[in-house]
Amino acid sequence: MTDRTAVAAAGSVPGPPIHDDADRRADRRDRAVALVRRSGAVVMLAVTLVAGTAGFGLNFVHPNNLLYTVAAGSAFLALVAIGMTFVIITGGIDLSVGAVLAMSAVIAAWASAQWGGIVGISFALGAAGLVGLGQGVLISMFRLPPFIVTLAGMQFARGIAFKVTDEGNQTVLIGDIGWLRWLGRGTVLGIPVPVLIALIAFAIGSLVLARTRTGQVVFAIGGSPDAASLMGLPVRRVTTSVYVWSALLAGMAGVLIAARSSTGEPTAGYGMELQAIAAVVIGGALLTGGAGKMSGTLAGVALLAVIQNLINQVGTLSQYFQDVVSGGFLLGVVLLQAGLARRRRSP
Amino acid sequence: MVKSDLAPRGSGAKHDLALEVREVSKHFGGVTALDNVSFSLAPGEVRALIGENGAGKSTLIKVMTGVYRPDAGELRYLGERVELHTPRDAQDAGISTIYQEINLAPQMSAARNLYLGREPRTRLGLVDVRRMVSDAREVLSQFGVYVDPRTSLRELGMGVQQMVAVARAVTTDARVVIMDEPTSSLEPREVDRLFAVIRALRDSGVGVVYVSHKLDEVFAICDSITVLRDGKRVHDGPAAELDRLGLVGHMLGRSPEELRSAAPSRRTPVPHDSEVPALLNVQGLHRRHVLHDVSLQVRSGEVVGLAGLLGSRRSETVKAIFGALPVETGSVHIDGVELAPVTPARALAAGLALLPEDRKLEGIIPDQSIKENIVLAALPRLSRAGVVSDARRDELVEVFMRRLRIKAASPNQKVRELSGGNQQKVLLARLLCLQPRVLLLDEPTRGIDVGAKEEVRALIDELADAGLGVVLISSELEELADGADHVVVLQDGRVAGELSAGHISEGEIMTIIAHHDDQQSQVGS
Repeated sequence: MTDRTAVAAAGSVPGPPIHDDADRRADRRDRAVALVRRSGAVVMLAVTLVAGTAGFGLNFVHPNNLLYTVAAGSAFLALVAIGMTFVIITGGIDLSVGAVLAMSAVIAAWASAQWGGIVGISFALGAAGLVGLGQGVLISMFRLPPFIVTLAGMQFARGIAFKVTDEGNQTVLIGDIGWLRWLGRGTVLGIPVPVLIALIAFAIGSLVLARTRTGQVVFAIGGSPDAASLMGLPVRRVTTSVYVWSALLAGMAGVLIAARSSTGEPTAGYGMELQAIAAVVIGGALLTGGAGKMSGTLAGVALLAVIQNLINQVGTLSQYFQDVVSGGFLLGVVLLQAGLARRRRSP
Repeated sequence: MVKSDLAPRGSGAKHDLALEVREVSKHFGGVTALDNVSFSLAPGEVRALIGENGAGKSTLIKVMTGVYRPDAGELRYLGERVELHTPRDAQDAGISTIYQEINLAPQMSAARNLYLGREPRTRLGLVDVRRMVSDAREVLSQFGVYVDPRTSLRELGMGVQQMVAVARAVTTDARVVIMDEPTSSLEPREVDRLFAVIRALRDSGVGVVYVSHKLDEVFAICDSITVLRDGKRVHDGPAAELDRLGLVGHMLGRSPEELRSAAPSRRTPVPHDSEVPALLNVQGLHRRHVLHDVSLQVRSGEVVGLAGLLGSRRSETVKAIFGALPVETGSVHIDGVELAPVTPARALAAGLALLPEDRKLEGIIPDQSIKENIVLAALPRLSRAGVVSDARRDELVEVFMRRLRIKAASPNQKVRELSGGNQQKVLLARLLCLQPRVLLLDEPTRGIDVGAKEEVRALIDELADAGLGVVLISSELEELADGADHVVVLQDGRVAGELSAGHISEGEIMTIIAHHDDQQSQVGS
């Protein structure tokens, strides 16, 4: 058998399949469980949409509401959540995104007012990218915990945002730059530009996650970082890059917010990191890493936005009641995940 | 990168050696893990790398796979000197490794694990999922694994996961494949399949490093054997020139001749017969892949030694007796009363006490005082309504420090400041505080100096003489031959043989270890 390959020879060993029917049934059940876990957000979204339509009729489903209020309002969170999905699948967390968003918004406004929109956007994204790179390097090379590093990054970026605006006393106004305003408020075929950008980012994000080698490495790092590095995968490079991309997406959201309001608010994006984490987790990603889906995140973002909208439609409920409801949702999803994970482990 | 240094793969160039390690040393702090070790592997050779705990096997593997860089010496691959900085360098060069614990991404599918980092891609540069899955299905079926490659890995059995790891390593176009205990989670049928893969690799000119402590596997598949002990190479030669006893002798550092004249036990034997009721009676402990029908009895005043090589499941056996390792079947009786089910709390209450193998990890609290460490486990017994009586505590601590001859400035000294031997005595004192009837001691003299070893051994004798039953695990044959009244030899989680008082010697223990597999295969055929 000298001229046969290793693989062919191994195949010549007789023996029935190792898997039997009972295993197959268990596999099927596990896959069903996984489907519920991954697509729970989509199901919940459908339910709330139906409930909203039933309760508020045309007021709810009208494009003025769903497209120009719900979708346009959540495009910024959506961009941030795309980056957060990558970070969370690697088993990390990025608390800095809300602050990076504010920093980028302020820098974009400040630089645009002086040197024009191109420079403004470049400065804003450059600053965001630098914060992301710094965080990524500290986490991947120096092995510092992502929670602490991005907590520090959050304070740093928020500090810059306040510094640029003279501790918030000075309002930075973008001048009259038409195309910049179009980025924030314009529409293409009736779809708000920020929504369009967010959707394109989602498409690219899903493709990168599911269909590129880098995406595979992202999952492998979250599944088992040691195994990933023993398999010879570029763990450090990919870990660094997810934090860079997270910051860049937050920066992009900041630019769009500045463009929409023609001003850079240093208080923009307060708490957005937590909303983004909530959306990603509701979308079925595991905070321990290794599992998650871009479509789940999209559903998670949409679900949070629709709930807020429904509460606004009721009108008599406090704004803050939305936080209570989305907190409840988050808890429910985490409980469901824990319960399913336990069922999966038991024989 | 190393690639430029390498001869192009598949070129006509002939190399005498696929991989060569020349006089490599590696130190960690003050500890020497490898001392001037050389190792060579020819194309088409299957070489066993053998050694007990701490022999330096894993360090050598990590040097060969780019995880560690040697402090001295060099690595040659296909006749050229190479420097491997990362596992990736080694893989790119063609050195592929299957690690002992399955090192794959559990949440990802079998297909994705198989092709991680080298996924087939479409013209657009995207991962070609359809081709990846169909390729994976074909490759896996050739390894006897018939599962849906889209199933995530952790939903598959351990054996299947291991075969995925093997398939991944073997299909990377490697010139050298290193297998670190690849059979630890395989069924016998899967082992046969693995051996077929290894033979095919050998026939196609790939060099295989086979790490295992299962002697029958080593003699079945390997052409040559390298034995490490305490970081040094102690044997290197063809497998045909070594018999089992000789191999075990190299591993344990005892030549068979030396052993024939071993001195008799220093202990006056305690009769190990069925007339005297057993204090501890363990029957038929079984746990898949770990323990297979392990039974043993300990009588009052008796020291029962557990012998065996690394991986013989000695520690698992005592953990199972203590309830720290769940078993599928089996029973533990103390003084005729069954502990059902066995839990550590119930075992403690019944009078069992376990001294764990790794005292740093599982035992002492280094920053607390001797006093606190000793009474830690006994606190519930010393307190009334939650309040600990200081006077009673101090009295108890003083008694044990005197009885165990713990050398320390005061009971308030921190345990981290003590020598290893005295730390071990503090742990023993903690166990004795609980007034146990049976002690399970897992390597009580490991890592302590020679004088302290003697003291601990004398202490064990004293405790047995005082009527306690003792189960003693030791990797030092001498310690068992001298200090045990009865020896149970384990191999792969099975009882391979027993020796009663008067018949215990280092040579007898080694003979059982070396020939157990023979007997088993005869029985099986």
